Amino acid sequence: MIDVVAVGLICIGIGFFAAGSIGLLRLPDLHSRLHALTKADNLGLGLVALGIALVTGSLVIALKLILIWLLVLAASAASANLIARHALDRREQP
Amino acid sequence: MNPLLWMLLDLLLAAMLLGLGWAAVATRDLKRGLALFIAFGLLLALAWARLRAPDLALAEAAIGAGIAGALLLAALRSEPQDGQPAAAPSRVFLLTLNLFSVLLAVAIAWALLSALAMGDGVRLAQAVTEHLSQSGVSNPVTAVLLNFRAYDTLLELAVILSAVLGVLALGPARPGYRLPGPVLYGLIRWLVPLLIVTGGYLLWVGAHAPGGAFQAGATLAAAAVLLRLGGVDAAGLPAAVVSRWLLAAGLLAFLAVGLLVTAFGYGFVQYPPDLAAGLILVIESAATLSIAVALALAYIGGWPSRRAQSGSLHTHTTEGGTH
Repeated sequence: MIDVVAVGLICIGIGFFAAGSIGLLRLPDLHSRLHALTKADNLGLGLVALGIALVTGSLVIALKLILIWLLVLAASAASANLIARHALDRREQP
Repeated sequence: MNPLLWMLLDLLLAAMLLGLGWAAVATRDLKRGLALFIAFGLLLALAWARLRAPDLALAEAAIGAGIAGALLLAALRSEPQDGQPAAAPSRVFLLTLNLFSVLLAVAIAWALLSALAMGDGVRLAQAVTEHLSQSGVSNPVTAVLLNFRAYDTLLELAVILSAVLGVLALGPARPGYRLPGPVLYGLIRWLVPLLIVTGGYLLWVGAHAPGGAFQAGATLAAAAVLLRLGGVDAAGLPAAVVSRWLLAAGLLAFLAVGLLVTAFGYGFVQYPPDLAAGLILVIESAATLSIAVALALAYIGGWPSRRAQSGSLHTHTTEGGTH
């Protein structure tokens, strides 16, 4: 039963990753691409991490996975902010 | 998991590595090539993990992709013709390069084939496992690096030291970075302490699990890179006098321990088995600090200027009015 839930979570997570990647390739401008990439991938990674944590069934590994997810969340939020700000600065001062 | 699925995954990984490597070399846009190189390093770390070499995977991710990527990005930043594609190399240069690449590929293929053809003889791994109990540590990789083949590591530390002396001889540091916005500032404030703790953990855990001085040093250097990107020009390094000693500490501690044991009738860097664990920890701690300082100095590109004592991230950011 837990395995089914885990596989479901991982599959949904992969779906978010795919959506984020398609958004990165297809969306017209930098800001919407950033939006697609950082938001969808963060959720995707969270779901995949949750699924893997359920499969391993170990609390320590689950905590490590959550820590990894939080670090990626912080890093991707900050880098998205940096890239978006840099692009805005460039547009304002050509 | 199904072995066929694993094989598919490995083939995909190998194909992506080849593709990324080719793309990184083939592009004329240096920035793009660099981004591809960093991605290549991360995938290579995955490949090492698949080959069950987690120590190498950690080192590749931390040094090969992380610190080397940061060094190359810093070098690209000080490149005068920013944004222009690299000039096309001459034909002779390309031909020589190709010749050497082919020779290297043949040599590696020959080494691989002869290793595969060797059969079940006495392998080095077997010798390591047999003598592991005398090494003072239970992680075979650390046993090889710091005990059985300590000479190699000693010389590696000397190579790193001389490389950084070369960097320092090249002139003043690169200009620093401007003050960070609130988001980057917040990230740095959270990440730097976490990186320092992780570095200490990697150093300690190296005795019985994947980790060790190189990974720990690279992690500490990553904290220095972050601080530098956050506008702290000195990147958290102590005063120049202290940094100089830290830079040499790894090699000095290694040599001191190596020579000290000879006074008790052992060979150079041949540790007495009951003291090995402590001696290895001393050497690894010193080496971690040396590697961290060396990588940080290489990233800065020289001794950091200490104008107006800008050592603290906090005063810096309050000056910038972002906090």
